[in-house]
Amino acid sequence: MRLFFHQVRSEQLTFWRNRESAIFLFIFPIMLFLLLGSFYTGDTISGYPAVDVLLAGMLGYGAANTGFAGMAITLVVRREFGILKRLRSTPLPAALYFAAALASTLIVFTLQTVVLYALGRLLYGTSFPDSALSVAFLVLFGAVSFTGLGVGLASLIRSAEGASAVVNVVLLPMAFLSGSFGVRDYPAVLDAVADALPLKHFIELVIGASLRGEAPWHDLGAVAIVAAWGAGGALLAARRFTWEPRER
Amino acid sequence: MTAISVRGLRKSYDGVEAVRGIDFEVAVGEVFGLLGPNGAGKTTTVEILEGYRPRDGGEVSVLGFDPGKAERAFRERIGVVLQSSELWAGLTVREIHRVFAGYYQRPRDIDEVIALVGLDEKKDARVKTLSGGQKRRLDLGVALVGDPELVFLDEPTTGFDPAARRNAWELIRSLRALGKTVLLTTHYLDEAQQLADRVAVLRAGEIVLLGKPSDLTGASAKAEIRYRQDGELVSFETDEPTRVLNELTTAALAEGRELEGLEVRRPSLEDVYLELLGEEGE
Repeated sequence: MRLFFHQVRSEQLTFWRNRESAIFLFIFPIMLFLLLGSFYTGDTISGYPAVDVLLAGMLGYGAANTGFAGMAITLVVRREFGILKRLRSTPLPAALYFAAALASTLIVFTLQTVVLYALGRLLYGTSFPDSALSVAFLVLFGAVSFTGLGVGLASLIRSAEGASAVVNVVLLPMAFLSGSFGVRDYPAVLDAVADALPLKHFIELVIGASLRGEAPWHDLGAVAIVAAWGAGGALLAARRFTWEPRER
Repeated sequence: MTAISVRGLRKSYDGVEAVRGIDFEVAVGEVFGLLGPNGAGKTTTVEILEGYRPRDGGEVSVLGFDPGKAERAFRERIGVVLQSSELWAGLTVREIHRVFAGYYQRPRDIDEVIALVGLDEKKDARVKTLSGGQKRRLDLGVALVGDPELVFLDEPTTGFDPAARRNAWELIRSLRALGKTVLLTTHYLDEAQQLADRVAVLRAGEIVLLGKPSDLTGASAKAEIRYRQDGELVSFETDEPTRVLNELTTAALAEGRELEGLEVRRPSLEDVYLELLGEEGE
């Protein structure tokens, strides 16, 4: 346990010390919410105040950004720089490394969620979640699932230089189609694509919990799709992940 | 006491044999050098001993462990400096040492390690502000922070300028003073000569010579004799320099002439090394 907390502390230290990760992963979603929120005040989306729906969408983006994008980029960069190989020669067990990385992601995402709800309330009068417990569960569930997906993607990316480009090519279109940024009307074909991906379902779960007070298992189908993507990523990683640089 | 024992070690990559059945032992407290050109199998051998790579055949024991099992207790007792690796650029020298110290059950005092590798004045500097040589010292500090019995150094001075190499050599000598066993790989002959108690010269995955660096020169008894006659350079090798020289000088004295530019050369370590490598080296 001591080793686990030590590693979580180390992960937190490296996260906040790295300006790119702190800005891109933590501040960027909050900034986008503040910008987009200023257009949407007064409108409604599907009968709810538009800013509330945007907030749920941004939580989804936050989960995908910290868990999926953050994890994938960090792992690839550390692998290609030889940091993972270096860690591998120490007594730190591999499972503990991943557990601590996940816990660290969860800390960042939880903090982001709290800031989003607080700023939304303060600036745009968004409501606090109807079921705080359900939202708390979804924060945990989202962080775990998207981290699984991130570890999976990391095993497919070959170079540190390409990591953030590849990740964003996947993340940004998915976020747009899934309604992260408020827009929710897309042609049927694009809707079908979004339906197959996990983010839209995750956002629906957050809307249900935050605005209708629903328990996460109210929509088991959505839970299953998000969990399946996370598990798929983790499985892919179990087969393909390497600790050593791919290049060189 | 034996720290490392290797017998009949084999490893292939995609059907190409990188290591072809090598044997050697390293005693506790010894500095042992694996010397050879790039591609001779040095890094493959070291990475098998460090537990990074499975072997195809042979017996290997490192501190009594089978490194192929990569047990945690084994990793408590070794320190590894890789050929190239970076560490978190945003952390300070002290913070990086603290992160790594936390992985071991009985770490050394962080400030002591930092002083040992000569980064005292850079203690609170971020890694990204360090020079190349300072980063390598940081690598070594991080490898020592767990107080390992055995330290692996894979080409510790490749790419260094001469002054930085001298500093690194001093540092590696100080490891011996601490009683550590050191396995180092290098393709620099002078480095092996300066640092290692014993060396194994590797060529194409095989050990072609194993012994003290001074044994390398003893491996050849030949001497080269050179002089000038009528402006032409005469040079030949002989196994009996004393007799040949006597005949040569007697004849010259009898004829009353001088052997211009007379030289008797023993082969240098480098000559022997290149001969061992089939003169394919540098």
